[in-house]
Amino acid sequence: MTPQSHFVVAAAIAPGREPGLRKLLASMNTAPGIVDPANVLLPFGAFPRLHYARFAVLGDATMADLEVFGLPRPRVPIYLVFMGDCDGPAEAQLAEFVQRAGDGLRRIFSHCKGLDVRDDLLEWLMEHDRPVAAPYVNWIGRTVVQIREESALQRALSSRVVRDVNEPAADPQRLRRELVAFVRTEQAAGRIVLTPPAPTPLGWRIRNTLHAIGLPLAALLLLPLEIVLLPVVLVLLRRHEKRDPEYCPRPRAAAVREMQQLEDHDPSNSFTALGPVKPGLFRRWLVQLLLVLIAYACRHVFGRGHLGRVRTIHFAHWVFLDDKTRVLFASSYDGSHESYMDDFINKVAWGLNLIFSNGFGWPRTDWLIKGGARHELRFKYYQRGHQLPTQVWYKAYPGLTLTDLDRNRRIREGFEDVEMSDAQVLAWLKLL
Amino acid sequence: MAEAAMSVDHEDIQGLVRFGYRHLTQACFLLLRIRDAEAARAWLATAPVSSAAARKPPPSTAMQIAFTSAGLRALGVAEDTVDGFSAEFLAGMSSDAGRARRLGDLGANDPRHWQWGGAADRLPHVLVMLYAVPGGLDAWLQTVRAQCDAGFEQIASLATSDMDGVEPFGFVDGISQPNVDWERQRAVDDEERLDYTNLSCLGEYLLGYPNEYGAYTDRPLLDAARDPAASLPRAEDHADKADLGRNGSYLVMRQLQQDVEGFWRFIDGQAGGDAGLRKKLAEAMVGRTMAGEPLVPGARPDDPLNGFTYERDADGLRCPFGAHIRRSNPRNADLPPGASNLISRMVRTLGFGSSARRNDLIASTRFHRLLRRGREYGGAAGEETGLHFVCLGANIARQFEFVQGAWLAGTKFDALAGEGDPLLGHRLPGPDGLPTDGFSMPAATGPDRCLSGLPQFVTVRGGAYFFLPGIRALRYLSKVPS
Repeated sequence: MTPQSHFVVAAAIAPGREPGLRKLLASMNTAPGIVDPANVLLPFGAFPRLHYARFAVLGDATMADLEVFGLPRPRVPIYLVFMGDCDGPAEAQLAEFVQRAGDGLRRIFSHCKGLDVRDDLLEWLMEHDRPVAAPYVNWIGRTVVQIREESALQRALSSRVVRDVNEPAADPQRLRRELVAFVRTEQAAGRIVLTPPAPTPLGWRIRNTLHAIGLPLAALLLLPLEIVLLPVVLVLLRRHEKRDPEYCPRPRAAAVREMQQLEDHDPSNSFTALGPVKPGLFRRWLVQLLLVLIAYACRHVFGRGHLGRVRTIHFAHWVFLDDKTRVLFASSYDGSHESYMDDFINKVAWGLNLIFSNGFGWPRTDWLIKGGARHELRFKYYQRGHQLPTQVWYKAYPGLTLTDLDRNRRIREGFEDVEMSDAQVLAWLKLL
Repeated sequence: MAEAAMSVDHEDIQGLVRFGYRHLTQACFLLLRIRDAEAARAWLATAPVSSAAARKPPPSTAMQIAFTSAGLRALGVAEDTVDGFSAEFLAGMSSDAGRARRLGDLGANDPRHWQWGGAADRLPHVLVMLYAVPGGLDAWLQTVRAQCDAGFEQIASLATSDMDGVEPFGFVDGISQPNVDWERQRAVDDEERLDYTNLSCLGEYLLGYPNEYGAYTDRPLLDAARDPAASLPRAEDHADKADLGRNGSYLVMRQLQQDVEGFWRFIDGQAGGDAGLRKKLAEAMVGRTMAGEPLVPGARPDDPLNGFTYERDADGLRCPFGAHIRRSNPRNADLPPGASNLISRMVRTLGFGSSARRNDLIASTRFHRLLRRGREYGGAAGEETGLHFVCLGANIARQFEFVQGAWLAGTKFDALAGEGDPLLGHRLPGPDGLPTDGFSMPAATGPDRCLSGLPQFVTVRGGAYFFLPGIRALRYLSKVPS
C-alpha cells in the first residue's frame, strides 16, 4: 500500500508582482476553472503520482474583520500557495516537478519574495513547504495508477455487459466467468493493466503504528491532569463562546460569482479558504489541540471512504500560517458548492464547529459542537466570505467521483476474488 | 410565543401559497415589463389580489402578482431594500454560465434560446397570474388588461391547458406535495429528525416564519422609519423591524416544453411492440404508475399515493434510483435508517454502521422540498405542449436550485454511473466525454438493465425567479418613492 502525502508551498508574493502572477497562472488554464493538464509551465498530467494540485493567491480580505471589532489587524503577506496530494513522499514529488518543470516553477515563483536565480529550486520549495496540521485522505493507500486502472477495468467490463431490457437473464455465475475470462484476455493483450499494490513502506508502518498508539497512550498518562483541567477548559470555553463576536456578512455578489465561474466544470470542485484564528491564547491552544485530534481521527479512524458522514471529500487539509494566527483550509470535493455546504450542515455541523468555531467571526456555537454551522445562512455567508478563488486546480481523474472510485475498487476486488457465492456474484454484477 | 403572535394571517398571504386553485381550471400567466412606474404603482396599490383566506363559495377568479428583482428596481424600490432579498433572486435564473451549469441549462436549454427570461429585454418585471372558472378567463383577462395597460407592456401571455391533473406525457401529476404546517405545530428547534415526514415548516415556504432549522430566512427588514404608517407586519425575530418579506415567498417559474411524441416513440422503440413493457419502462422512468401510484410497496393506507419512503426498496428493484420522482424527492430522514438507541445513533452520526455503496449519500430531504403550483400548456394537435413549472420556497438555493442541480441535473446522483434525470436530462456528454443519456434499472437477476441513447424529452424555454409578496408588502411596494 502506498500512502498519500501532501505539499503546501506557500511564499509571499513580491510587491507589485501580483497582477503579473495572476496573468501567468491564468495561462495554465484553457478557460477559467479548466486547467490545461499539458500546460507548458507545469504539465500536471505528466506526473503519474499526482492526484490533485492547485495554485491560489491568498489575499487577506477577512483580516479586516478584526478591525470591525476594534481589534488590531496584523500585517500579513499575500501568499502564493502551491499545494497538492500525491502517492508516496511529497519530497519526491517536488523533486520530480523541479526536474521536469523547473523552468516553469521558477517563472511562477519568481513572483515571490526571496527566490534568487542562484537558489536551488528544490531546496527553496522545501523550505517554503508548510506542514499540514491535519490532512484528510478519503481512502488511504488508493493511488492514481490504481484509480485509472480500475476505471479502465470498469469501462471495459461495463461495455461488455448486455443490458437490453428484452434480453433474458443470464446465469450470474456463468456471466461472471465469461467476464473474468474476457478481462484475462485483455490483460494478456496488455489492454487492461492491474498493477498489484506496492508493499507498504516499513518506515511508514512503524510511524503509523506508533502514532496510533502514542496519542491515546499520552492521553491516558495525562488523564489525571485532564480531569483537573476539563472543568476549567469548559468554563473558559463557555465564557469565550458567549463573548466571541460573530461576523458573517453576506459576501459580495461579484466575489461569489468570480468563484462560481471557476466551479462545476467537473463533478468535483475545489475549495480554498483562509481566515484568522480568534485572538487570545485560549483559542490558539484549543485549535492546535483539536487539529491534533482531527489529524489522529483522519489517519486512524476515517480514511476508508468517509469523514464522519461526508463521503464526498477526496482530500482536505488544515494548514497554519503566520505563526498560527491564520488557518488555511483546502479541499477537493464532489458536487456543487451549495450541496457541499448542505452536506456539511446536515451531516457534520458538529465536526465543522469543533475546528472552525476557533475562526474569527464563526456563527455562535454552544459547547463547541452545537449551533455554529447549524445557523444555516450565517454559516453559508461565513464560508463563502472566507473562500478564495483557486486560480489553477488540477484533478488527475476528470469526471470521476468518489462513488465511482469506490464502485471501481469493489469491481476490481470482486474480479480478483477466487471464489464467490451466488449472492456475491449478483452483487458484483450490479456494480458493472 | 403568545397564541395571537403564532397565528397566521391568511388575509395577508397570496392564495397560491395555500391553494392550487384546482377548481379554477383556466389560467394564464402575464409576463410584463414596467413601462410607466407611476401608473404601475397605481395599479398595484389596488390590484384585486386573491388572499389565502378561504372563501365560501370559492371565488370564480383569482389573481396573483410577483416581481423579479429587475421588476422591484423598475418599480422604484430603494436599492438597499432590494438588496435585502436573497442572492439567487437578485441574480436571477439566467444570471451567468455558472448557474446554467448547475441547473443543467446547457445545450438546447441554454438561456440564450429562451423565449423569455433569457435576454435582458425578455426578462419580465412582473408576473400576473390569472385564474378563472371554466369559461371565465377571457373576461377576467380583459378586465385586468384594461386596468394595467397604462403601466406595463407585455412580453408574453402564457396560456395554460386544463389536462385534468395529468401532465402531457400522460402521468397523473402534482401528487407529491409537502404538507405545509399552517398550524405551526412543528417545534421551532434544530433537532435531528429520525423519520421522514411530509409535514414541513411554514418557514420553508413563507418568509418571516421559522424554517426546518428553526431559523428565519434572511429577507428585507426595514427600520420602522421606512414604514411610518406601520403598513407592514413587524418581524417575529426583530420586533422593531418592519418585515417586507413576511407572508411572501419566492416563486420559481420555468417553461418546460415536453416532446410527448418523442418520449413515446423512444419507449416504443425500446419495448419493441410489447405493450406491457412499454408501460413498465415509462413508469420506471417516472417512478409512478400512469395513474400515480408509487412503484414501491408499503404506502400508508391513509395516504396510498404519497405516504411511503424508499426504505423498503434499498436496491432500487421496484423504483430505479434514477427514476424522476425518486430523484426529486428521495424521502429520507436526517440519519440513515437504524436502531433508535444512542449507540446506534452515534455510530451512524460518525458515518459508520453500513458498508452499502449508497449508504448516506442523500440525507435530510426535509431541507429540499418544493411546493409545486405548475400548470400544463398546449397539447392541441400540432401545438407545442409542456408544463409551466411553478414552485414556491423561502430559499431558492437550498430548495429549487439544489433539487434541480444536485438531484435532477446531477449525473452522479445517488452513486449512479453517469445519467441525468430520465425526463429532464439535457443528455450532453459529461466533462470526461462519457454519455449521460442512459437510464439504468436495477434487476434482481443480474447487472442493471439500461436504456441508452435517451433523446432530450424536455426543453427549457423560459424561466425566472420571482418574489411573491405578502399582500401588505405588495401595497407597500406600490407606494415606495414619494
